[in-house]
Amino acid sequence: MSGGWQAVIGLECHVQLMTRSKMFSGASTAYGAEPNTQACGVDVALPGTLPVPNGEAVRMAVRFGLAVGARVREVSVFARKNYFYPDLPKGYQISQYEEPIVEGGTVRVRGEDGRAFDVPLVRAHLEEDAGKSVHDAFHGSTGIDLNRAGTPLLEVVTEPALHSAADAAAYMKALHQLVVWLGICDGNLQEGSFRCDANVSVRRGADAPLGTRAEIKNVNSFRFVEKAIEYEIERQIRELEAGRAIVQETRLYDETRHQTRSMRGKESAHDYRYFPDPDLPPLVLPDGLLDAERAALPELPEARRARYESALGLSAYDAEQLTLARGIADCFEAVLAHLPGQAKLAANWVLGELAAALNAAGLAHGEGPVSPAALAGLLRRIVDGTLSGKLAKDVFAAMWAGEGDADAVIAARGLGQISDDGALIAAIDAVLAANPKQSEQFRAGDEKVFTWLVGQVMKATRGKANPARLNELLRARLSP
Amino acid sequence: MSLDPAAIDHLARLARLALDPADRARLGADLGRTVAMMDALQQIDVDGVEPLAQPHPLPAGLRPDAVTETDASEALLALSGASHGGYYLVPRVIE
Amino acid sequence: MRPLGRLDTVAGALAALRQGEVGASALAERALARAAEHAALNALVTSSPERAFAAASAAAGSTGALAGIPFVHKDLFCTAGLRTTCASKILDGFVPPYDATVAERLDRAGAVLVGKANMDEFAMGSSNENSAFGPARNPWDVARVPGGSSGGSAALVAAGVVPFATGSDTGGSVRQPAALCGITGLKPTYGRVSRHGMIAYASSLDQAGVLAHTAEDCAHVLAAIAGADPRDATCSARPVDDYVGALGAGVAGLRIGVVAQFFGDGIDPAVAASAREALAALEAAGAVLVDVSLPTLPLSIPAYYVLAPAEASSNLARYDGVRYGHRAEPVADLAELYARSRAEGFGTEVKRRILAGTYVLSAGYYDAYYRRAQRVRRLIADDFARAFESVDLLAGPTTPGTAFRLGEKTDDPLAMYAADVNTVAVNLAGLPAVSLPAPHVGGLPTGLQLIGPAFGEARLLATGHALQQRTDWHAVLPGGGA
Repeated sequence: MSGGWQAVIGLECHVQLMTRSKMFSGASTAYGAEPNTQACGVDVALPGTLPVPNGEAVRMAVRFGLAVGARVREVSVFARKNYFYPDLPKGYQISQYEEPIVEGGTVRVRGEDGRAFDVPLVRAHLEEDAGKSVHDAFHGSTGIDLNRAGTPLLEVVTEPALHSAADAAAYMKALHQLVVWLGICDGNLQEGSFRCDANVSVRRGADAPLGTRAEIKNVNSFRFVEKAIEYEIERQIRELEAGRAIVQETRLYDETRHQTRSMRGKESAHDYRYFPDPDLPPLVLPDGLLDAERAALPELPEARRARYESALGLSAYDAEQLTLARGIADCFEAVLAHLPGQAKLAANWVLGELAAALNAAGLAHGEGPVSPAALAGLLRRIVDGTLSGKLAKDVFAAMWAGEGDADAVIAARGLGQISDDGALIAAIDAVLAANPKQSEQFRAGDEKVFTWLVGQVMKATRGKANPARLNELLRARLSP
Repeated sequence: MSLDPAAIDHLARLARLALDPADRARLGADLGRTVAMMDALQQIDVDGVEPLAQPHPLPAGLRPDAVTETDASEALLALSGASHGGYYLVPRVIE
Repeated sequence: MRPLGRLDTVAGALAALRQGEVGASALAERALARAAEHAALNALVTSSPERAFAAASAAAGSTGALAGIPFVHKDLFCTAGLRTTCASKILDGFVPPYDATVAERLDRAGAVLVGKANMDEFAMGSSNENSAFGPARNPWDVARVPGGSSGGSAALVAAGVVPFATGSDTGGSVRQPAALCGITGLKPTYGRVSRHGMIAYASSLDQAGVLAHTAEDCAHVLAAIAGADPRDATCSARPVDDYVGALGAGVAGLRIGVVAQFFGDGIDPAVAASAREALAALEAAGAVLVDVSLPTLPLSIPAYYVLAPAEASSNLARYDGVRYGHRAEPVADLAELYARSRAEGFGTEVKRRILAGTYVLSAGYYDAYYRRAQRVRRLIADDFARAFESVDLLAGPTTPGTAFRLGEKTDDPLAMYAADVNTVAVNLAGLPAVSLPAPHVGGLPTGLQLIGPAFGEARLLATGHALQQRTDWHAVLPGGGA
């Protein structure tokens, strides 16, 4: 970095947990409903209402903690973060402060260049989301929709251990991959299911004391995180080199101008007056939850990726692509379970034809009309020579269109090669019986007539005879 | 004993309470005396004493993840002094 | 002074209903008529006659444990379709769309709600003078306060308007007005009764309670409202005892610790003497009195006045004029909407506690005040736990004096806070306690407070019942026919 500057970056990612109901109420978390139709008395902070924690959100937080090798607290504490804002109905957010459910742990990241590194976490804690403000729809007013208020979030906080915008973006991707893999977040960036705040500061060299940091709020795309941090690092270096000081503040990323700007309207000097929420007893993990989650923890993407390379002999590229999402990897393994020993073929199809069809239909692996078992059934017909690669694609298209499994399509469309010896011999014998003269000519040494006979069998089988096998069998039939 | 006016103003701003001058003087004086009364807490040695946030150790009452609430927006929005098109309204907020 | 009538108590009215001497509608009518007679008490802030008569008709065929018994709710229990204000301008006109668990359970038991009772705004106060409806008055002397914050509830029961009322007790708000009005007031163990729908003052201290003439009546009502509630994470799942069935347990051999600090400086000697007289009656019935000391008790007032306002400052942040309640108009911007809605909506004592609570939680003061108060809270709870190793119950006068005159303490918040000196420690420790009528002093009621270990309500009520079987301090109503 220019002038010996080092950037120091810490990320706080808000992972929306995919529960059916909210963190502290029985209202639905479904996205996209009419405003305030999913905000119940607890969510709008009606007088007298009380929060009751969602056990499933707790389980998801535990699963995350185990997956990142963190310390999972048997007893954690909900605290109130007090501030006034119209999208925060109670005037405080229920979060965790001094005793979060998850402490420590690391997330393994692969950089763009393939380099692997570990990002240490400070903590991950449970909290509730705020509502949404709509600024443009009402003359002189802001509209408040509390449907999102109370949605469970896991806030994952890294150490200030990242030093480039690219690494920060790579971490964000790795965390996103992990939480989707664990089945605790739907990962939908557009709907705000995964959002990041970045704390950025710069200092002169790795040994200098940390500089004053700025917080970039609410970035919800990998590319924008990278751009925003890049911009912010350059801005801070520019300020410091011009002899100006960095102000500790909250900044917003402007996606059209690719700049960060200071956020007005938010109180500058926060005093959140955190204290333990007296409406909630300490969160004690239910008996057996930790053990059950530990036992149910899925093989993580990095481990699978390594196994695909070493045990299945797949290329690094294939292994990476297959482990981008758990749905892809699970689909691949389901295909492979029906088709032992054909990892490369299965990988090609899962990442190729199947992925393309799913993509075009806006579906994910594990969805769509062609199940892993059905796909394996198709691939088996390539392995046994019934189908050429090209024909197999046609059969796949028919299967996708709902015409049945591979064998049904082959039969119905008459697409399969006849490789079955019995059928081929019957066809050959019929041709030879009908053309005794040509048989005699061949036996007399006329090689040219062999090609003519092959043509007759092909004609009789409407071109479906497996040519290699036909050659072998015909020659055997003609030999004395 | 009275809390200084700047301190009262800071608290009033944190608590979003508009105070008129009479309130401000009176509440400042009262708070000063209340704080002096609270200072009795400084007399006792509490080293090593675990803070008590709630009276009894209660088991965590966790809720099953089920949607139990239905749309009550009509009744809830009707409680508000200002709503429109299903939204609660507040004076324009600038971010 | 006149004797308590059969229809003035829950047990008596239940028996009369069962024997067909009176109907539920007649009881409701009687309560409403008496409420009108006692309008000068300013104790009933909302009357609900139609609802009452509908409930009374329904009660005719009900097998509920309290079927047909008229009562009032302190105006902080949410009642669906019926205005609930917390005696605050900020909840002016607020009609909840749901019922508090306590309200739901009393409805289910067949009790007949006739209205909502006056109180100190958001339960902050010890005299019922901090009310947007104006002060409630003490039926024994209308120039005097009924106590608070459940002042309206206590006044209505004491005056014979209803056999029982609900209340809430955060630092003495059931027991202190019960003592000052000459009735029985029960504050259950924290977590024994659901707080769902009971508008919060200080969540770790608030507990719903009962005001009635007798311990026996309190047992009937507690049986109806106690027990687990999935809508309150702090509500205990522990099974509910048979409070009514245990009433006859007696006091033979019962060890009662007489707490030195409850008889300390600032306690009117005549009031102390009343408490001792009531204790002597228990001793005569077979109880054993033991001297006990709770050394940390003198710090309960400062600890309470750190912790309760801290929680209140946060609990009351939701009143911002946006979604319900008072909204200032017109305003220039959001900051003004908040600051003015709250300034116009809250009374002085509420503002005082919001500011104090904000102060003790704010940066730089949290450790010195809030966390330290939590540590002192632990020491106080430990004092009680230690005492209960050697005694069954603890005792002392409920209040330092008899009912004071209206306006006597309104200019001196600290003097008002001192009215809770013998009651707040119980809330800090989350224990059950009952205030029982003791001999009058100067024509005014006094109370004996008994405190039990956590979930010891059955024994507390049985002890109160034993006392009331042998004495008649509870068996009088103020006014005519003396």
